[in-house]
Amino acid sequence: MAQAVAIDGRQDFITTKGRQISRLKCDDDSIAGAVSQRACVYCGARVVLNPITDAIHLVHGPIGCASYTWDIRGSLTSGEDLYRNSFSTDLKERDIIFGGEKKLAAAIDELVAKYSPKLVFIYSTCIVGVIGDDLEAVAKAAANRHGIEVIPVQSSGFAGNKAAGYRAACDALFRLTAPATPAEAALVGKDRSINYLGDFNLAGEAWIIRDYLAQVGVDINAVFTGDSSYGELKKATRARLNIIQCAGSMVYLAGRMEEAYGIPYMHVSFLGLADTADSLRRIAAALGGGSLSERAEELIARETAKVQPVIDGYRAKLAGKKAAVYVGGGFKAISLIKQFRELGVEVVMVGTQTGRKEEYETIDSLVADGTVILDDANPSELEKFMTEQGADLLVGGVKERPLAYKLGRAFIDHNHDRKHPLSGYAGAVNFAAEVYTTLCSPVWRHAKMGGDLDG
Amino acid sequence: MLDATPKEFTERTSGGMINPAKTCQPIGAMYAALGVHGCLPHSHGSQGCCSYHRMHLTRHFRDPIMASTSSFTEGASVFGGGANLKTAIKNIFQIYNPDIIAVHTTCLTETIGDDIPSIIKDADIPEGKTVFHANTPSYQGSHITGFSNMTKAMVSYFAEAAAIKKEQANLIPGFVNPGDMREIKRIAHLMGVPFIMFPDTSGVVDTPMTGEFVMFPKGGTKLAELADSGASKLTVALGRFASSDAAEALAKKCRVPAVTLKTPIGIKATDAFVMALRRAFVKEVPWALEEERGQLVDIMTDTHFHFHGKKVAIFGDPDVVTGLTEFAVSLGMVPVHVLTGTPGGAIGSDVGSFEEDIAAIAGQSGHKANIKAGGDLFALHQLIKNEPVDLLIGNTYGKYIARAEDIPFVRVGFPILDRSVHSYLPVVGYRGAMRLVEMIAGALLDRQDRDAADEDFELVM
Ligand code: SF4
Ligand code: SF4
Repeated sequence: MAQAVAIDGRQDFITTKGRQISRLKCDDDSIAGAVSQRACVYCGARVVLNPITDAIHLVHGPIGCASYTWDIRGSLTSGEDLYRNSFSTDLKERDIIFGGEKKLAAAIDELVAKYSPKLVFIYSTCIVGVIGDDLEAVAKAAANRHGIEVIPVQSSGFAGNKAAGYRAACDALFRLTAPATPAEAALVGKDRSINYLGDFNLAGEAWIIRDYLAQVGVDINAVFTGDSSYGELKKATRARLNIIQCAGSMVYLAGRMEEAYGIPYMHVSFLGLADTADSLRRIAAALGGGSLSERAEELIARETAKVQPVIDGYRAKLAGKKAAVYVGGGFKAISLIKQFRELGVEVVMVGTQTGRKEEYETIDSLVADGTVILDDANPSELEKFMTEQGADLLVGGVKERPLAYKLGRAFIDHNHDRKHPLSGYAGAVNFAAEVYTTLCSPVWRHAKMGGDLDG
Repeated sequence: MLDATPKEFTERTSGGMINPAKTCQPIGAMYAALGVHGCLPHSHGSQGCCSYHRMHLTRHFRDPIMASTSSFTEGASVFGGGANLKTAIKNIFQIYNPDIIAVHTTCLTETIGDDIPSIIKDADIPEGKTVFHANTPSYQGSHITGFSNMTKAMVSYFAEAAAIKKEQANLIPGFVNPGDMREIKRIAHLMGVPFIMFPDTSGVVDTPMTGEFVMFPKGGTKLAELADSGASKLTVALGRFASSDAAEALAKKCRVPAVTLKTPIGIKATDAFVMALRRAFVKEVPWALEEERGQLVDIMTDTHFHFHGKKVAIFGDPDVVTGLTEFAVSLGMVPVHVLTGTPGGAIGSDVGSFEEDIAAIAGQSGHKANIKAGGDLFALHQLIKNEPVDLLIGNTYGKYIARAEDIPFVRVGFPILDRSVHSYLPVVGYRGAMRLVEMIAGALLDRQDRDAADEDFELVM
């Protein structure tokens, strides 16, 4: 696989800290023929919107797009669970030739009759973009027919990559949250609460943060979109501040809300002790400090005292280990680098699918010389750099797991397959425990014939 | 979780799906192509499809699944994907260096009408390397159709006619796990029948851990074998939906006689497979197989009272469902609802109707089953609500219904995303049948234990 990097046109997607100035390409599309890890516009849009629990998520297209996204996101719900079904118009050859609008309208009618939802999203897929169905018109007519909201999501797969899908989802959310009447418009920014953007409540992470902020004295109005409902999102513009966890997916929406409603936003991260404390402090300060800040400090002190010894225990066991990070967004990569530092683990390779230029600059400033930084890696590149850099552990998503295992290296899912929360203090302990469990599992000793358990 | 499913049937006419029991052609084509040695499947379309197909296969097999994509952009969708595909082919040989690229289309490239054969003809293909293709529009059929189309492409591209036939069989296993393919090969070996199996994903998606990542593992049908399949004396197509098209194509192209049998799930279908090999190659059935069969019958008699009269619902891919239904009947169970998401037969073939087939098998249980081809799991759930069953057999997605209706559930088929090891262990052959008996009896008896009042809780069952 040594020739992996000889791939024409890939050199600009890879850089090494210290050896050259950062000039990483990250917004371009993957190269034709690459075994790319990247997904599509629809995928990005679906990821963001799917945790709206009481909506019908209707995929307008052939069956596959809907099949593959059926309940694979791991976003937990405290209420309704309509979002865990898979709805598709299942377009057939006939529909491709004569257009799919009629079928779409009929499918909406049937679903509304069965489930009486307040909200329907219709996602367009590649093929719908090509045959040119007018989703907007179908949605409008259906909304009028049923007296509910029907929102089209312009997510034809070929029109860019996952990041474009985040934007399509944000457009849909912006539309959903817009105050419909002057009375509602008068309430914009008037509430004392804040919105929490870019947490999808994987393994219940949004619940943890909601609880922390409640202890500090801050109410969360709506989570975008973890465990959220139509009703909550409708009131979203009343909040006085937006905080953003997953920047990749949500900065665009926060920007639009600031522009339209004057709601300010700030970046936060609840991954790792340092970032969590820092975020709590900054939120308290942004909301006026005073007693909020006092309570934030109390919470930080209390929780840190609880978990620090546990983390130190793991740190002692993990000293000298090296990690490779390959995740979706740049912001998550940055948090992970810091979190590994808290565990005494050095990050020797960092890659993302959709990281932005500024984020790569931050990454470059954080890592040690010699660290490999790459955008949109393919499996052979991941293998090459993990091996060359001597990484003991890979953080990635579903497709990277078996790759790491085949290489006899530990693995952590930091994507949608995580089974325990990785946010906040509880999450930091889970993360440390998971790093330890996988890195120090006895199974690795059996990789070689005759490997022994005492070794 | 499926609390919202109503019990009352109302006719659904939109053609839309609620909780599909199938997925799209390209993933089937990708899986079939992985069964050719040194082959990289290539998805001609946008990145998303390929990424989803790899992800889904990865989750089922828990092995790295390699495939490349043409990475369509807006421009390609308007001006056609010829340039993308040519660049892709050049890049793939240069970077990953496979022996073969298997191109399949997606709904997007089908719709814009890319002419794959002429693009391939114009492409820059290095000496000794090969590119072949199958058209797999995702708006027709299902993943099974895609598997069938790619398998057929192997025949139309590579099989070579031979005047003199060799004493060897072609075995087309259909869309089953590598563990099943290994079992089918083991049976043929025991029978002493030389054979060519295609596609063969064993050794590709169930590779051993060696501490190294190998992009093109040892397994897969070799190109020379595919060529030689035209010289075989007989083709045995297992599962008519996934395999008969390729067998027929081979019969036409190279005059290799073909028989299409059921996927050898359960005792009857395995018998039929063994007997087909015996008839054509005049071999005695070896004691090792007789013994296995005898053990299976022994197990079936030991356990028959657990199964008798139990009502079962079965769903999944048509070939697998057919075998499972037949086996359920032979255990004394009553198939009450049987459903597949794959409509009709493979396109252009004269495959008979799924409904008729199943009706004939299920009828032997003395009960008229509800049978649906091209159905979805919403429909299955409604059927079960109206006529409850004691057991549900199907892929992972059945767990929602099993939970909602509180029914014991046995996972068989594709995909299985929430359990591991299954793809290594067969459900075909006599051994596979033993495993099925264990799984089904285990599920039923676990339920009995769970539900037993203290006074009915027994040690010996
Ligand atoms: S766009 Fe077509 S080929 Fe791609 S996943 Fe969807 S149905 Fe399958
Ligand atoms: S960057 Fe990661 S967490 Fe954010 S939307 Fe993408 S996949 Fe989800």
